[in-house]
Amino acid sequence: MIIKTEPFVVNIGPVHPSTHGVFRMRATLDGEVIVDLEPVFGYLHRGVEKLAEERTYTGVIPLTDRLDYLASMSNNLAYCLAVEKLAGIPVPERAQYLRVIMAELQRIASHLIAVGAFLNDCGAFMTPILYMIREREKILDLFEMVSGQRLTYNYMRVGGVSHDIPDEFLPALKKFVDRMPAFIDEYDQLLRENEILLARAKGVGILPKELAINISAGGPVLRGSGVRWDIRQADPYSIYDRFKFDIPTGSVGDCYDRYRVRVEEMRQSVRILKQALEQLPSGEVRSEVPHLIHPPVGEAYGHIEAPKGELGFYLVSDNSISPYRFHIRAPSLINLTALKEMMVGWKVADAIIIFGSIDICMGEVDR
Amino acid sequence: MAMPTLSPDWPGGFWAHWGIFVVIILVFVMAMVMGFIWFERRAIAIMQARLGPNRVGPFGFLQPVADAIKVLLKEDIIPAAGDKWVHWLAPVVAFVPVLMVFAVVPFADGALLADLNIGILYVVAVSSISVVGIFMAGWASNNKYSLLGAMRQVASVVSYEIPVVLSIMGVVLLAGSLSMQQIVLAQDIPFILLQPLGFLLFFIGACAEINRAPFDLMEADSEIVAGFHTEYSGMKFALFYLVEYGEALAISAIVTTLFLGGWRGPVLPPWLWFLVKVGLVFFAIVWIRTTVPRVRIDQLMALAWKFLFPLALLNLLITAVEILVFPAVSLWVLVLINIAIMVVLVILWSKLFKLGWGRVEV
Repeated sequence: MIIKTEPFVVNIGPVHPSTHGVFRMRATLDGEVIVDLEPVFGYLHRGVEKLAEERTYTGVIPLTDRLDYLASMSNNLAYCLAVEKLAGIPVPERAQYLRVIMAELQRIASHLIAVGAFLNDCGAFMTPILYMIREREKILDLFEMVSGQRLTYNYMRVGGVSHDIPDEFLPALKKFVDRMPAFIDEYDQLLRENEILLARAKGVGILPKELAINISAGGPVLRGSGVRWDIRQADPYSIYDRFKFDIPTGSVGDCYDRYRVRVEEMRQSVRILKQALEQLPSGEVRSEVPHLIHPPVGEAYGHIEAPKGELGFYLVSDNSISPYRFHIRAPSLINLTALKEMMVGWKVADAIIIFGSIDICMGEVDR
Repeated sequence: MAMPTLSPDWPGGFWAHWGIFVVIILVFVMAMVMGFIWFERRAIAIMQARLGPNRVGPFGFLQPVADAIKVLLKEDIIPAAGDKWVHWLAPVVAFVPVLMVFAVVPFADGALLADLNIGILYVVAVSSISVVGIFMAGWASNNKYSLLGAMRQVASVVSYEIPVVLSIMGVVLLAGSLSMQQIVLAQDIPFILLQPLGFLLFFIGACAEINRAPFDLMEADSEIVAGFHTEYSGMKFALFYLVEYGEALAISAIVTTLFLGGWRGPVLPPWLWFLVKVGLVFFAIVWIRTTVPRVRIDQLMALAWKFLFPLALLNLLITAVEILVFPAVSLWVLVLINIAIMVVLVILWSKLFKLGWGRVEV
């Protein structure tokens, strides 16, 4: 007997437990196997780029907080770098170090969520992500000390940072830096050789090296495919050329490699934090910047290695108080563009973990 | 029609016995399910570095009661394009077999509703009916996620039934009877020691059959929302919840009866031994749930057919040979031999078998 079968369309999202926000995948399934897939964007579009054109250069900073809300500090940093480049504003030494410290803490926090959410997508019933959130909580406490906020920090300013750190910050940070490697090791030990995790993630959702470069992917997604590319070393911004750290890369470009790269990157971030703590100078944290910045006519592109990839802000100035043109190069969106190539041929369960391993933030995808 | 015979120490006639045990089973299942829900939530919370329910009653003990009341008051929604009658019938079809399983579970010596001489066969047969209810739910909801979940459930139950039944056969050979009561009485040494491999296979297979993690594919919340009960609300949803925990309770009770010596044990009264053992087995299930990620559907199938099935056959063969060839050997010697055999076989099979390494097998 031959059973007649036909593919059917399933909308995964926009409201779905594993789409990390309001993302929608229009998947055509043949049984459990995905034969076609179309990502649908735009459910969280807020018009940030247009809004920014109506605001002063300083007033845009809170908007950047709300892009990738799991890595607000990185967004602040990228935007401030772009404005500083545009207006030629210097940044004091101490502020540079504080920025690096915040950016690396933010990278750890974001990767914790990424790894935890990835394992949650694999079906590890909430346990990994709750342990990850417990550790992230300590980072949020640190951020609360410096900025008073726990999610949208609005901490960095054009020409420095908003405040100097309070007295209790450095001891707390030292404690965190001392404890974190042991935590990562313990966690890694529990999961690295887990048979089910290996079976689920190894060889699944391979993003070939060439394709990764062609779609201009960034961050752990690119490095997981075996490309040694990190803006922190390729085009050192701020003071990253003063620190020693390695760039972890994967070999195959599967979900497991991307997961491993994130875990290794957390270790490297702790290394950078240690060095930054040792070298942290005293002094001003903010250079003299007028309230209303009038950058000269021209354009500038400031980019950083955000936790999710290359985050860039492209600004065009017409010498007024607000940007004439404002564009965000959002790593989440660009990493998503190879979604179909990665998912076709895999099962629904794989699609979920492939999506999880890319680690997106809808605030950034839709802007 | 001849009246079934009863053990003489029970008061009342057939109907009194029947009535008392129906009430006992209903109360036992409902109370234990509520207790288990609380127990699972608290245990998982502790393992996940949080508190769990702690507001309603002492230690949140009344949380399941509060949830039950809430769920009773919820609106009952039937999808507009769904099959109304099947949608209504599905939770009932799924729930009734779970209750029926307990008819043959001995709570103490002779304390069971019906000491069927085919007891364990009855359990296997009746518990498989639940899947029909679940498939009905998946079909009647007219929802693609529900259908996917239901399909997964059918596939996994059909596959896992075989290793489960084969591993039960080892116990039956040892006990020389299919009656649950006789199986308990035969366990001078708990069969978990004589049948370590059988226990392992049964436990894994049973976890897969009742869809507990890491085999909870039919309601995989991160993949297919809530699987077959995506479109259920109110009391019908609560019934599916009851099915899930009732099945876990049933599996715990059956593992206790088949492998852990049922109600037998020193000092404590039999019913308490029974409850303690059931609780321990359930704790193991909860523990596994919090620890491991979920497998994929083809890996689930591969595990059943390539790992559990051949091992279950071997286990049956080894047990049969042992009983036939060495009937006079001391049981404790057999215990050592069987544990050695289990270790060797499991290690050997683990080397041969990997969970697919992400290969797509359609």
